[in-house]
Amino acid sequence: MTRKVVITGLGATTPIGGDVPTMWTNALKGVSGAKTLEDDWVAKYELPVHFAARCSTPALEVLSRVEAKRMDPSTQFGVIAAREAWADSGITDVDHDRLAVAFATGIGGVWTLLDAWDTLKEKGPRRVLPMTVPMLMPNGVAAAVSLDLGARAGAHTPVSACASGTEALHLGLDLIRSGKADVVMCGGAEAAIHPMPLAAFSSMQALSRRNDDPEGASRPYDMGRDGFVMGEGAGALVLEAEEHALARGARIYGELAGTSVTSDSYHITAPDPEGLGATRALKAAMFDGRIQAEDVVHVNAHATSTPVGDKPEYTALRAALGTHVDNVAVSATKSQMGHLLGASGAVEAVLTVLAVYERKAPLTINLENQDPEIPLDVVTSSRELPAGDIVALSNSFGFGGHNAVIAVRSI
Amino acid sequence: MASNEEILAGLAEIVNEETGLATEAVELDKSFTEDLDIDSISMMTIVVNAEEKFGVRIPDEEVKNLKTVGDAVSFISNAQA
Repeated sequence: MTRKVVITGLGATTPIGGDVPTMWTNALKGVSGAKTLEDDWVAKYELPVHFAARCSTPALEVLSRVEAKRMDPSTQFGVIAAREAWADSGITDVDHDRLAVAFATGIGGVWTLLDAWDTLKEKGPRRVLPMTVPMLMPNGVAAAVSLDLGARAGAHTPVSACASGTEALHLGLDLIRSGKADVVMCGGAEAAIHPMPLAAFSSMQALSRRNDDPEGASRPYDMGRDGFVMGEGAGALVLEAEEHALARGARIYGELAGTSVTSDSYHITAPDPEGLGATRALKAAMFDGRIQAEDVVHVNAHATSTPVGDKPEYTALRAALGTHVDNVAVSATKSQMGHLLGASGAVEAVLTVLAVYERKAPLTINLENQDPEIPLDVVTSSRELPAGDIVALSNSFGFGGHNAVIAVRSI
Repeated sequence: MASNEEILAGLAEIVNEETGLATEAVELDKSFTEDLDIDSISMMTIVVNAEEKFGVRIPDEEVKNLKTVGDAVSFISNAQA
């Protein structure tokens, strides 16, 4: 008998809210977290993109100065989200040898790495700080969260570009089902609003250039979409074996019923145009959770707002759900907070869990002229999800051909 | 040239910046590891910041001899002389 895994704690720091209650209120209202960047490096390096979606609450308003100094900004966001999720779970007593961490990032400590490189060039090797390596390593966030919680059953960092956050939940589910842990702090964190990644994503034509209208720039499924908007932040979820949660009388948000990861093996960045890898991921997550297409009422789509990315996901959803896809309320929440890269899957998982728990779907903004080749039922105004047993899916796809899907079932 | 009092005050600021310890806690007879609970990575950060602040060079092999705040103040004072 497979161990049932439930979600008992949620945390987030995002461009539309520095904690879960604020993010959720805004996600139902429909706001944009994108703003013009005021940094002098935008003009200095003549960046073609002048805006991004920064976290609405700076990390230094939450962490102490000394704490923050030892963490890359991505780790700062991860620790903030993990602390909120841990407090939200209400866990006061845990066997630390049975507590694991699966905390992802797409890029990791890029600020630390590039700051240290600047220091080396300008001031020489002596000035490169001794904390540089532990701050820039991609596992820095999982390590910091593990230290913070006293998690000793392993601290893992799945890295699969923009699928990383979702893959962390896939790993977390496995750790509990296989008996390696009873509780797993899962999540994803990213802080890459730095001129170099902005230049690099721009040069591959991935970012929107709607510089005169940052709030209208992230527009998944819209005919006017021209790329994604760089976001930053973190999401965190406490996964717990059901019997562990029941034994302590925990508040249970929902069941992490199934997950999956597949790889396209098609192209290093382009999605398989027929969405075959994504289709296999959707079907595998549904099989894993013993889910029928008719059970699914809501999808938090990957939908980044790129011209080429949004359509194959629709093709995959239709292939996996059949004609039932027409009855599914689809939310593209990157329209509001931009693309949090390796954190996006974790933040969207938080939104998906809340959608199932609160029976409300978050909004998609900026959809004015829906692409006729993507005839999904996109949630653009307040939408209640049905009563009874329901399932919601969340998709994430990453450069490298990574596809990850989670399925959340109501309790 | 800084006086020993000025060096102590400057060092206390650096320690505060790195560890959050109150500047008053940084006294001449305090051991960096035993009393101030400063680990080796923090110690190296403090050393590098002190080098910049006081315009001196503190060789890596010398750092292990700087057991107390007073040792560091004396070393910096002599190096400046």
